[in-house]
Amino acid sequence: MLIKTAKPLPASEITDPLFFYNRRRMLKGMLATAALASGVAPVAALAAEPRWQGLPAGALSDKTLTPTPAALVKNYTNYYEFTLNKEDATQLAQALPTDPWSLEIAGEVEKPGVYPLEDLLKRQTMEERIYRFRCVEGWAMVVPWVGFPLGNLLKTVQPLSTARFVSFTTILRPEVMPGQRTKSLLDWPYVEALRIDEAMHPLTILAVGMYGDVLPKQNGAPLRLVVPWKYGFKSIKAIIKIELLRNAPVTTWNLSAPNEYGFYANVNPTVQHPRWSQSSERLLGDKLFTPRRATEMYNGYGEQVAALYSGMDLRRFY
Amino acid sequence: MRTQAADKYWWLIFGCGLLPLLALFADIAADNLGGNPIQAIHIRLGDWTLRFLCLTLAVTPLQTVSRWRGMSGYRQLLGLYTWFYATLHVLAYVVADQGLQWRAIVVDIYQSPYIWFGVLAYMIVLALGLTTSNWAKRRLGKNWKKLHRLIYPAGIAAVIHYFWQLKGNLAMPVFYAIVIVALLGFRLLVWFKNRHLNRLLIPLGRKTGSG
Ligand code: HEM
Repeated sequence: MLIKTAKPLPASEITDPLFFYNRRRMLKGMLATAALASGVAPVAALAAEPRWQGLPAGALSDKTLTPTPAALVKNYTNYYEFTLNKEDATQLAQALPTDPWSLEIAGEVEKPGVYPLEDLLKRQTMEERIYRFRCVEGWAMVVPWVGFPLGNLLKTVQPLSTARFVSFTTILRPEVMPGQRTKSLLDWPYVEALRIDEAMHPLTILAVGMYGDVLPKQNGAPLRLVVPWKYGFKSIKAIIKIELLRNAPVTTWNLSAPNEYGFYANVNPTVQHPRWSQSSERLLGDKLFTPRRATEMYNGYGEQVAALYSGMDLRRFY
Repeated sequence: MRTQAADKYWWLIFGCGLLPLLALFADIAADNLGGNPIQAIHIRLGDWTLRFLCLTLAVTPLQTVSRWRGMSGYRQLLGLYTWFYATLHVLAYVVADQGLQWRAIVVDIYQSPYIWFGVLAYMIVLALGLTTSNWAKRRLGKNWKKLHRLIYPAGIAAVIHYFWQLKGNLAMPVFYAIVIVALLGFRLLVWFKNRHLNRLLIPLGRKTGSG
């Protein structure tokens, strides 16, 4: 899958994502790419044409970043609804039906309702956003998402002035999501939330695709949140409900281990996880003997987002 | 003691002990380590360290139960393999993962309590590895046995090291915790019987129930 873009990116930075991944398995041309994709992600391979090839990069897309090889991003996901194993989620997630899909918008808004996803998407302008993605476990990647600002969607449903928080809920389908059959680790469905100013921030997007194509199921199809300055677990997958609230809701990881996973979960190399350091990260795709990368404050988005937290004690509000 | 046990089984165990390393090299060569190969190498070596540690601990109970004599040579070999894989595990962390960035390594260890227990386990395994020779055994006399009983605290530290880095899947660390507690429990039981009932569980001669 070549990402052919009209963006002003140096050619060296838009290398075919699969090429870097594994030269030896990489045969020649697109046919081989399709064959590889079929071995890796059977259902995704059926989607013939990349959906958003050549989509212009949004102004907030970081053009200096080199995307992680797509095959890595598609085979390394924490999707505990399916499995605790990052690589097994690729297969298992294919069981989730994502079409048709509807999104409920509820709570403190003028126009609550259950909307077919296509109708909502029709009114949005898609952009490519190349963002860093940093998992709380200490690994990172760079993903060219396709999506639109969450704020643009929220504006169409007209939040009330009483709305101070936005919560998101993942679909609950224990028949196809084996992880949801037990609540021993997490309470399902998965819920995440943002403060309203975080939700309206232009960097916060809802993604429907990546690498110029439809979002693979294991990466959160058909609709996921992406908040690039927060640890990955905030960027909830397979969203069926968005609710605007007066008070902060209980979020899943925070409920499960409040001293380890705070509500904010802003990437912060100076505040360690109670059991491990957050000072560095392993960038997926790195070669052996490459040192870990020093983690940046707010994952490198401090210039845009630090003001949201001015005056807050970040050790307390982790 | 090695001479006594350097028989065909010793060579068999010696050969088998190298298989995990060969398999790892094969997987590196075939690029078969998934999306985060550096971590995969490191984790694989940590897992094998713990497995060899458990096997080392299992020798004495096995000897007690099976009434086989002279298994201490195998125990020494398995202990040395524990040391070997632990060293590779540490090297993978220091060299392959951290790229010898000493300042980053110090920060990472300082801020990661789970690594403290890995370091503790490694220091013990290192001390036991360095004093494995007959020469050291003679020099240390009675203290040698005391020192080498630290293998149990090493096992416990290793399990804590495993537990504490956990991001979800409890199954494996729980499994190893059970194995180590069971092996330690067996030794305690034998010790209790020997001491308080003043007779051996199974009459095996002086070597049983110690070291
Ligand atoms: C005898 C000593 C040791 C044993 C038995 C041991 C064993 C293990 C085991 C079983 C794991 C988990 C593998 C898994 O997730 O399946 C692990 C992970 C780890 N060990 Fe050790 N270890 C030892 C010493 C050390 C030392 C001395 C260090 C560092 C200086 C260290 C650093 C780590 C790190 C950083 C991980 C986490 C890997 C990751 O998830 O990225 N270990 N170790």
